[in-house]
Amino acid sequence: MTIMEPRKHGDASDGTVGGRQTRFEGNLKVTGGATYALEYPVEGLAYAILVQSTVAAGRVVKVDTGKALAAPGVLMVLTPDDDMGLLVASDWGGNRPENQPYYPLPKQVQYNGQSVVAVVAESREQAIEAAKLICITYERTAHVASFDDPAAGEGKVMDNLTSGWGDAEAALAAAPVRIEGEYRTPREYHVAMEPHGLTVKWDGDQITVWEPSQWSHGMARSYSEWFGIPYENVRLISPFIGGGFGSKGAALAHGAVAAFAARKLGRPVKLALTRPQNFINYGGRAATRQKIALGATEDGILQAIVHRGASETSTYADWPEQTGAATPILYKVENFSSQHRVVPVNTVTPGALRGPGKNPSAFGIENAIEELAYKLGMDPLELRLKNYADRDYQSGKPWSTRRLREALTEGAEAFGWSKRSHEPRSMRDGRQLIGWGIGCGTFPVIQAPSEAMIRILGNGRVEVVSGAIDMGQGTYTILAQTAAEVFGIPVDQVEVHLGDSRLPGSAIAGGSMLAGSILGAVHKAATAARDELIGLALSDEKSPLRDTGANTLTFGGGRIAVPRDQGPSLTLPELMAALGRDEIEVRRNTLPDGATPQEHHQAWTTMAKVQGPTMGEYSMHSWCAHFAEVRVDEDFGTVRVSRIVSAFDCGRLYNPRLVESQWRGGIIMGIGQALLEEGLVDLRNGRTVNNNMGDYLVPTNADVPDIQVISVGVPDYGASALGGKGVGEVGIVGVAPAIANAVFHATGKRVRDLPITLEKLI
Amino acid sequence: MRDFSYLRASSADEARQAATQAGIMLLAGGTTLLDLAKCGVMEPETVVDITHLSGLGGIEVDENGARIGALAKMGQVADHAGIRAAFPAVSESLSLAASAQLRNMATIGGNLLQRTRCSYFREPDVFPACHKRNPGSGCSALGGVTRNHAVLGTSDTCIASYPGDLAIALVAFDAKVELGGRTVPVDDFFLLPGNTPERETVLERGEMITAITVPASAAAKNSTYLKVRDRQSYEFAAASAAVGLEFEADGRTVRDIRVALGGVATKPWRARGVEQALIGKVLNAETIETASRLAMEGAVSHGANHYKIELAPRVVARAILKVGGLA
Repeated sequence: MTIMEPRKHGDASDGTVGGRQTRFEGNLKVTGGATYALEYPVEGLAYAILVQSTVAAGRVVKVDTGKALAAPGVLMVLTPDDDMGLLVASDWGGNRPENQPYYPLPKQVQYNGQSVVAVVAESREQAIEAAKLICITYERTAHVASFDDPAAGEGKVMDNLTSGWGDAEAALAAAPVRIEGEYRTPREYHVAMEPHGLTVKWDGDQITVWEPSQWSHGMARSYSEWFGIPYENVRLISPFIGGGFGSKGAALAHGAVAAFAARKLGRPVKLALTRPQNFINYGGRAATRQKIALGATEDGILQAIVHRGASETSTYADWPEQTGAATPILYKVENFSSQHRVVPVNTVTPGALRGPGKNPSAFGIENAIEELAYKLGMDPLELRLKNYADRDYQSGKPWSTRRLREALTEGAEAFGWSKRSHEPRSMRDGRQLIGWGIGCGTFPVIQAPSEAMIRILGNGRVEVVSGAIDMGQGTYTILAQTAAEVFGIPVDQVEVHLGDSRLPGSAIAGGSMLAGSILGAVHKAATAARDELIGLALSDEKSPLRDTGANTLTFGGGRIAVPRDQGPSLTLPELMAALGRDEIEVRRNTLPDGATPQEHHQAWTTMAKVQGPTMGEYSMHSWCAHFAEVRVDEDFGTVRVSRIVSAFDCGRLYNPRLVESQWRGGIIMGIGQALLEEGLVDLRNGRTVNNNMGDYLVPTNADVPDIQVISVGVPDYGASALGGKGVGEVGIVGVAPAIANAVFHATGKRVRDLPITLEKLI
Repeated sequence: MRDFSYLRASSADEARQAATQAGIMLLAGGTTLLDLAKCGVMEPETVVDITHLSGLGGIEVDENGARIGALAKMGQVADHAGIRAAFPAVSESLSLAASAQLRNMATIGGNLLQRTRCSYFREPDVFPACHKRNPGSGCSALGGVTRNHAVLGTSDTCIASYPGDLAIALVAFDAKVELGGRTVPVDDFFLLPGNTPERETVLERGEMITAITVPASAAAKNSTYLKVRDRQSYEFAAASAAVGLEFEADGRTVRDIRVALGGVATKPWRARGVEQALIGKVLNAETIETASRLAMEGAVSHGANHYKIELAPRVVARAILKVGGLA
């Protein structure tokens, strides 16, 4: 792979913010020293497994558990008839119905694969064998397996996702050049290496949950509310997680079942979802479809965009995969109309998967814009630049920063776009048709309050303490870099403690909001701790720096000194020793001053205080442009991505090495989405049949080409305290349309439904 | 997974003896058995480990052909210099199969016996109907998601495709399977599903594959295995072809040609119709294309697998072009 040096952001030396420090916890992970949730050595474990419905809709009328209860090692069988006495927990917004019972093993079956029974035994194998002896009788009712089933209907319009300005229909009708297409994405899954599951233990009415989590505080709240125990009684521990991609942000039914079993049995319980359950038992990305019509002048000025989208949701909750999320903000257009529907079908409620909304939305608009370019006979790059959005036409606000033009032009230069030949099927190498395509992407800047604690220890080490999560994106590393910079010490003098709901509250590791949010809190706490230390050093009679006449001190090179070398200098441990202090502890958050304890709790455990991209005076987003080259075998229809150049505007990069990894990871997932990934549902019973890694394909190393990533961003201090914008989600957004556009350029065939498998091209 | 007993056989005879009893299965690399035991498809009461038996892992190649011990690992055979020289299609079929980790575990004998990747076969609790698993229970695949199912050799009871690669190359070059007491051509070793899809090979209870022999031939020496799939690596074939070719002295007329197909049929599929159409003919793009279409004689689609009928002849044609020096 090619690594292109990104622009320098701040100090580029390794240990401070903006440096290319390697992963702080990397050694632990690659040497097996990092303990994951299902590996905690807890004494006396019992093992729980889940039995899932084999019908898509209906009701459990009888569960015969007799043989299973008599099977070796079986401790307990839980069925829909067991009232666990749980209460429904708050939703992400913090809204909670009063005293509504919660049934994690419901009688009503709403999708094939819903958990209906749990078996707990002395060993996992015994539980699995006993489960085979359970006879479940269902009363089946008619099901709807897909939003393509006529019985699914048109679905419900989401009013909050309807937007428009100008008169799009009239402008479209009047436009001399028009294109229209329907773009579709299938059900897609997270496929994290680490499965969902937990180890759970009660001590009286205190519960400890070891569970992979993108949000320790939010998930702890669910456990406390389900079981009616004080929040303080829950401890959710998740220092390392083996991939989340949006799936590990909320506590799920299997957690409630395991925790209930542990309480009832009076012994700790471990529950790990099987790989098929990891496909079926919680929501992946919803299937989407969207019709887009574009109208333009003959010289390629966009006149109108009309967008009508829909996504599947479950029969019991509305989860919109917003097909209109990127549509209004990528291009300048005076007439716009967008509407999104959700169509209930018998599936588990879909959920967030990297780049939610923006991802399928970009697949639509970025295909459509190239369809228009070919209809106009215009270079797709030129068409994009010609319709460059100078402001956010949806909110009417100026961009905080938007360097998408630089992403397009610098990406094009690095890719060699000027050497492109316009006609489809005009580039080949033997039987390989070669094509080039572009896909732009965007993801909003989302901000949330966070809290952090800094401890300066007597031995000179500095601890950063936060409940924030590192799911591989680099939280440990950039928090250490931030503290190292503030104290002017090497990064290995910093310790970082994360992933525990007992630690200070934090934004979720999701929505690309964590780094921008938590760094602000860490920086604030570290600066306050440094100020406290300066105050002590200048005032304490034991301090050798007291009588230097200085009114501040400098921190650098591991030493604390009087400015301009006009006095002694000490290391951190020397100063702490001189002051006779074992510890200086400072806790700071980014809530408004005077926030109440209730507001604190709400801020860390719900999304109520989260700020969207246009809640201030600017419209704030990350941006990217992907340039893809594909080689398509003209006889076999197989598509191989041979080259990708992607240019990003994510503001200031706190650690370019880790950011580049995240971008590449997103691009690789985008390759999978474009070419391989699709949940295949048997319409007869609503079952996702390719529910394993042998049949649901994600890219192998052999599918990943040379990926060159370029940063074109500049610090955006409107977007976050330290100038960064989100990096985790945006990498995948726009990759699939870039590849689809390249496939069109190679073959002359426009594939509007993902994935682009070989049968669509032969 | 059901609890099972584990025994180590001290000799091949002891292993065979043990395997005469129901519920006992031989364990070699375990890459299929363990997988299917986790799915609840295979539930052995006892496994008899044969991996340590001596004399079953050798690879010998001479001018008459190759003899590959049943316990040789896929990776060892793929990388064997003699195999690569005399039977490139055999080596390539193994290199393109599975993943490096699996190739280092799985044995050649076990590779032949791998089971289908039919989703309906693999989920017994959700899809109880499967003639292959439970004779007489029905076929859930018919009318279901059939993108990867067979178009050749299917019956009313089963449309599951044979998933392997190696056997495709073996059937092209008239390899034989040694079963201790008897030797069976690979083509006869595998059975069509017919009305008994549960019976996939002629292997009887108490029999064990001990070796595979492949006769040397000019066609085998000039051979290739072409595997086409959406993912570049670690995926079963959408369609594959093992092809070997020998020209007459003129360098253009076909003296001997072997064609076998993978990913499209219920068993390793020798395409004799394609071979017959080309023997004695001058090889060119047109004769190849016309002949390759014969590979799909009798093909039946079940909806989503229809593309294989279009794809497979193109794969055959490309492979012939390659070994004919025309690609």
